Amino acid sequence: MALLQISEPGLSTAPHQHRLAVGVDLGTTNSLVATVRNGISVVLNDENGRAMLPSVVRYAADGSVTVGELAQAEQSVDPTNTIVSVKRFMGRGIKDVGDTSRLPYRFVDTPSTGSGQGGMLQLRTVAGVKSPVEVSAEILKVLRVRAEAALGGELVGAVITVPAYFDDAQRQATKDAARIAGLNVLRLLNEPTAAAIAYGLDNAAEGVYAVYDLGGGTFDISILRLTRGVFEVLSANGDSALGGDDFDQRIHCWLLEKNALSALNPQDTRLLLTQARTAKEQLTEHDRTRITAVLSDGEVVDNVLTQAEFHSLSHNLIQRTLQPLRRALRDAKLSAADIKGVVMVGGATRMPHVQQAVGEFFGQIPLNNLDPDKVVALGAAIQANLLAGNRSGDEWLLLDVIPLSLGIETMGGLVEKIIPRNSTIPTARAQEFTTYKDGQTAMSIHVLQGERELVSDCRSLAKFELRGIPAMVAGAARIRVTFQVDADGLLNVSAREMGCGVEAAIVVKPSYGLSDAEITRMLQDSTQHAQDDMQARVLREQQTEANQLLEAVQHALAQDGELLEPAQRSHIEAQMTALQDSLRIEDHLVLKRAVNALNEATVSFAQARMDKSVAGALAGKNISELETK
Amino acid sequence: MWLWREFSSLKQSTGFNFQHNYFQLFGLAQSFQLDSTKLEFQYRALQAQVHPDKSAHLGEAEQRVAMQQSTRVNEAYQTLKSPIRRARYLLSLHGVDTQEETNTAMPVDFLMAQMAWREALEDAVQARDVAALDRHEARMKVETRELEAQLAVKIDTNQDYASAAGLVRKLRFMEKLAEEIDSAYDTIDSE
Repeated sequence: MALLQISEPGLSTAPHQHRLAVGVDLGTTNSLVATVRNGISVVLNDENGRAMLPSVVRYAADGSVTVGELAQAEQSVDPTNTIVSVKRFMGRGIKDVGDTSRLPYRFVDTPSTGSGQGGMLQLRTVAGVKSPVEVSAEILKVLRVRAEAALGGELVGAVITVPAYFDDAQRQATKDAARIAGLNVLRLLNEPTAAAIAYGLDNAAEGVYAVYDLGGGTFDISILRLTRGVFEVLSANGDSALGGDDFDQRIHCWLLEKNALSALNPQDTRLLLTQARTAKEQLTEHDRTRITAVLSDGEVVDNVLTQAEFHSLSHNLIQRTLQPLRRALRDAKLSAADIKGVVMVGGATRMPHVQQAVGEFFGQIPLNNLDPDKVVALGAAIQANLLAGNRSGDEWLLLDVIPLSLGIETMGGLVEKIIPRNSTIPTARAQEFTTYKDGQTAMSIHVLQGERELVSDCRSLAKFELRGIPAMVAGAARIRVTFQVDADGLLNVSAREMGCGVEAAIVVKPSYGLSDAEITRMLQDSTQHAQDDMQARVLREQQTEANQLLEAVQHALAQDGELLEPAQRSHIEAQMTALQDSLRIEDHLVLKRAVNALNEATVSFAQARMDKSVAGALAGKNISELETK
Repeated sequence: MWLWREFSSLKQSTGFNFQHNYFQLFGLAQSFQLDSTKLEFQYRALQAQVHPDKSAHLGEAEQRVAMQQSTRVNEAYQTLKSPIRRARYLLSLHGVDTQEETNTAMPVDFLMAQMAWREALEDAVQARDVAALDRHEARMKVETRELEAQLAVKIDTNQDYASAAGLVRKLRFMEKLAEEIDSAYDTIDSE
């Protein structure tokens, strides 16, 4: 597979070198990487043909890191060191997480260097304390390696998508994660906007569209005007702490209540959350589902959940998406009737009651002709290709907005808005400040983000200290501070004294972000261990795969051993012993061969088991694939 | 200073001139009444040249210049698109300060009407009466448009900038009223 793809960039018809660029959808539940190849945006699969990389990172005591399916498989066994849905922690403090007891992690509260509201939380793992930025970087690294292998070269850059409703701290954290993963960020692109690009260019759409994006952990609504060659975001709104995960939580709580359970250990919490997610997915297609689990104390959970019951459990979560919808329409000065089409994005929009509620709100059937899991990555790749300078003939212009107002603290703990929400970016605002005491040479400015009037109700972004102001009488110094929001939606601040032209030095204390020193440290850690990491990761992945396979075969033998001839059985058992032996040798190639041999040996057994239970749809699979269904 | 050098080197290629006022930037006549179709067209044409996405593959300096230019085009567009901001800007080009923060001498009947309006908004929120909010909003829009029509006459026809400044101050009240109507909808929605 990889060999075939290596030659492809060379086949490009472009007269100049095709620059390798990718779009990355760094999702709460799953992450994807896509690229434009021969003019078509495609998602890049892993070596097993899987497009979606579960956004799960597991840390082991030896410092090795597992990402994706293999980490996900361990989440019930090792929940404290297996981080899922880390996106919900990006640029967030411990207070934002809410009830930490519902999550199986050991949180570390980091005192803020800035506002005193508490900095970005961290997670204590067996491999040390990790910032959500580092955890996300592990996911991005895997995608970068996947893309470089598939495209056969180093990447010029990447477009990373973020929820439209992400604030500055969350955006900055995402950009930092990309930097640590060795990716050059061409642009942070809002997820609904990425979807609109994929949809609009595909369908030659014109008119005003709404993009309803309910992901694993975030909700966005964007209203866009699509005209020939221009994607103009009119307004964006959302809830950066609402997504498919919350639906799982509702089922989880229902299970606790039904079975009168309380204070579960991390393993059981994770187990029930996983079962809850499966149940939610089942209820998309079926009108009832059975949830079973055996808890660590032997207690058995066995409940039937109907679609109707699930819908009433999660009804108010869907209602919570309608308020941002109304606000976005108001901000765009439009009504639901003005919307020509509603594009559905995110796996959670598969739920029938979400489709129905959105359909009723807009008075039309939502558009579902693009895969809601992939559309964001596909759009990001298209934009990445354009930004990398690969001219394709079509050119388009993307005009996006800042989702939340920016303000500064004034007297009495109030916020004065300096850049209103839904301003088209890039944008800037200059504000003049003066000293209030004779001889004052420094002043501090507190920057906030949000719509509320009180400082305590808004999000603290940073405190800036202006120093080196020439000593003058009170009110004589005129300091011009420029707040610049760039095309990534990130804020930059600069200041100068107008009277005598002295540049005032700025000391930035981001409230939730990482300092430059911290990033440099993470960058060094990451490159130093890159080589070791790779080797260790490959071995670790093989070991996990081997163990899973052994378990699966053992289970199958116990259950359906009678289907085998004695000779077949002893052949399988011999291969199992061989695999167990090679597990002791720490060599991933030896292990790989043994895994393949056991897989080969079980093909006909798998066939027999399938004939026994299910119909031919699964034919041709070997036993390990069957067991993971 | 380095910025200016880079701007002038780019001026030729982009048609962008940092010293142009907002009207000149879009090639529009300097008046309150404005061809909004042309404004939109010119805005898009300019952004298509200067937007940072066009130089994302170039060096840091080019990207910084693109950001500054694109920011200015956005600022110009937002200013001209909004009638109150357009009026304020036009008056400033004529050296007239609208004194919105300092001049509080408003006609008594205008102030009374504003107070009545705010009381009506509070009542509507109390009663969670969205239909009443719709009515207030519609009436607010009609009165705003009337003030804007008067502004066009004062600025474009009479060149009476002092009276125009008074109208801008009234419009500022209407703008605040519009914000309060918005948050009234929000309050009802979030309860």
